[in-house]
Amino acid sequence: MWEYITFFFNATILAAALRMATPLIFTSMGGIFSERSGVINIGLEGMMLTGAFMGMMVSHYTGSPWVGLLGALVSGAIMGLIHAVASIQYKANQVVSGTAINIFAVGFTVFMLRTIFNVAGTSPPVPSIGNVSIPIIVDIPVIGQIIGRQNPMVYMALILVVVVHIFLFRTDWGLRLRSVGEHPKAADTVGINVFLTRYMAVIMSGALAGLGGAYLSIAHLSRFGDGMTAGRGFIALAAMIFGKWTPFGALGASLLFGFADAVQMSMQELGIPRHFVQMTPYILTMVALAGFIGRATPPKAIGKPYEKE
Amino acid sequence: MLRLKLQQSSLISRDLLVPIVSVLLALLVGAIFILIVGENPLHAYKVLFLESFGSIRSIATTLQRATPLIFTGLAVAFAFRCGLFNIGAEGQLYVGAMAAAIVGITFTGLPKIIHLPMAIIAGMVAGGLWAAVPGLLKAKLGVHEVINTIMMNFIAFYLTDFLVTGPFHGGRWAPETDRIMPTAVLERLFVPTRLNTGIILAVVAIILVYIILWKTRTGYEIRAVGFNPTAAEYGGISVSKNIVLAMVLSGALASLAGVEQILGVHGRFIQRFSPDLGFMGIAVALLGKNHPVGVFFAAVLFGALRTGAAAMDRLTDVPRELVVIIQALIIMFVAADELTRRLIARRRKA
Repeated sequence: MWEYITFFFNATILAAALRMATPLIFTSMGGIFSERSGVINIGLEGMMLTGAFMGMMVSHYTGSPWVGLLGALVSGAIMGLIHAVASIQYKANQVVSGTAINIFAVGFTVFMLRTIFNVAGTSPPVPSIGNVSIPIIVDIPVIGQIIGRQNPMVYMALILVVVVHIFLFRTDWGLRLRSVGEHPKAADTVGINVFLTRYMAVIMSGALAGLGGAYLSIAHLSRFGDGMTAGRGFIALAAMIFGKWTPFGALGASLLFGFADAVQMSMQELGIPRHFVQMTPYILTMVALAGFIGRATPPKAIGKPYEKE
Repeated sequence: MLRLKLQQSSLISRDLLVPIVSVLLALLVGAIFILIVGENPLHAYKVLFLESFGSIRSIATTLQRATPLIFTGLAVAFAFRCGLFNIGAEGQLYVGAMAAAIVGITFTGLPKIIHLPMAIIAGMVAGGLWAAVPGLLKAKLGVHEVINTIMMNFIAFYLTDFLVTGPFHGGRWAPETDRIMPTAVLERLFVPTRLNTGIILAVVAIILVYIILWKTRTGYEIRAVGFNPTAAEYGGISVSKNIVLAMVLSGALASLAGVEQILGVHGRFIQRFSPDLGFMGIAVALLGKNHPVGVFFAAVLFGALRTGAAAMDRLTDVPRELVVIIQALIIMFVAADELTRRLIARRRKA
């Protein structure tokens, strides 16, 4: 029994789980912003992919992955803005608008990759953010191996969760954002600008998803590949739902899904097909939505464009 | 009566205006991308158009590319009519394709008249059952179908990944099954193009969907639920029954896209063979205003874009992915039709 436990729960796999969870954490935090304000965002996947591409591009041209990160943030925010304009301003169906963003991102990134670098499939290598060691912590046995030496973006993701939690539940801005997602009419009556709040939330959502994508291209790896997000935007969406639209819940779900990602190869060694491990995040999310493990209830006004009277 | 008819016809022309303007706007924005590459947009679009409609052969290719999109477009439109958003067409077509492939491979010695329908029906049943799950979850527990259909897409991808690399992995190294029996093949209609009898199935599906939705009691109920579930329930129509039924039929329609690709085009199940046919179905349904005839024309347009893209890629410096961008833009403009309408209105005033 102990063998099996250490087979899965050892420092190497847990460190890998944390790495796999990082893009999910960034993106699911983005999802929380958008959906808490009442706007469904299934375009997270496309926003991530755009961020991954632009992060690579800016890193390539400036030579600095940190500036690349900024590029990813801005490009994600622009994708968020497009989603906002379509679905808030022009009341497009939010699911359709998100789908359009996902398809656009696939076309746009491959088109640009081929046009700029004249290559198909993978970009040339670009400068990326290297790992750092945290003094003292790195020397603690086991824990040091797991969190002592990681990519700066891993730490940024963990800090982000705390920041988003405080923002949402401890500040006036957070309260406004949540009220807009639950009772936009009531929020409007007390003088909250529903449109502006939603705009900000959706743009923020795109920016964070952009960072999640950039983690893949200029932190975890140092190049962009076609479709490199590979559905992670949707897993982040699932993590957000599984975590019941709360930052710490989404963090837990991201870690769980990251863990599933990290152990799939070991599972294969035990004779369990990895495809079944890969399915688990999606199955768990469906089970959670159905209410079998504490019902996941979305914000009340989600999906409904706001009409000012 | 006459006035009613007139009103209807003006309604139709107004209905057509948004899709047409949306396509033109998308091509206009697409032209910016062509300029980025340093090509002449008019030249690139000319190549695109000639290659997709310029000869009998290119028309056949366009129709072949349109075939699966007709099925996924109908699937999404059908669910829409019941007020349901089926983003799961992609997953449904994968399980349908796999089921058809398995029947196509494993049964030997059957006459075609039995084997082919068996493979098609197996696909439809698989796709229908796959879609029934989010349908039931919506009807019984009130869970929104959007997230569940997305989740089931990924479950379908991994399930078919497992089947095609595991139990049904073919003799060759690539992640694909063995060839299906000749008795399960949808015949080619216009060699050397890959246009096959699937297009006939697609046309039949268009007619059947029209009849079911507008000429039967079932269709009336489905539309009533889509129009106003509360009123439908009050009028004695079971909302939950119709939700499940609409999802099952939608899934069966979507699965036919996969069935056609396997039995008519590839001849075997290939891992992740679909170039987002299910997601494009959303665009096709939207552009076709969720009407079977509209779906046909929208699918042909998208089929043409895909066909022309290959030639444009070859003959100009414009990468074929331009048409993916254009398709995304079309969806955006149709979805944000308030924007499109405003642009039309401004044009009229000017």
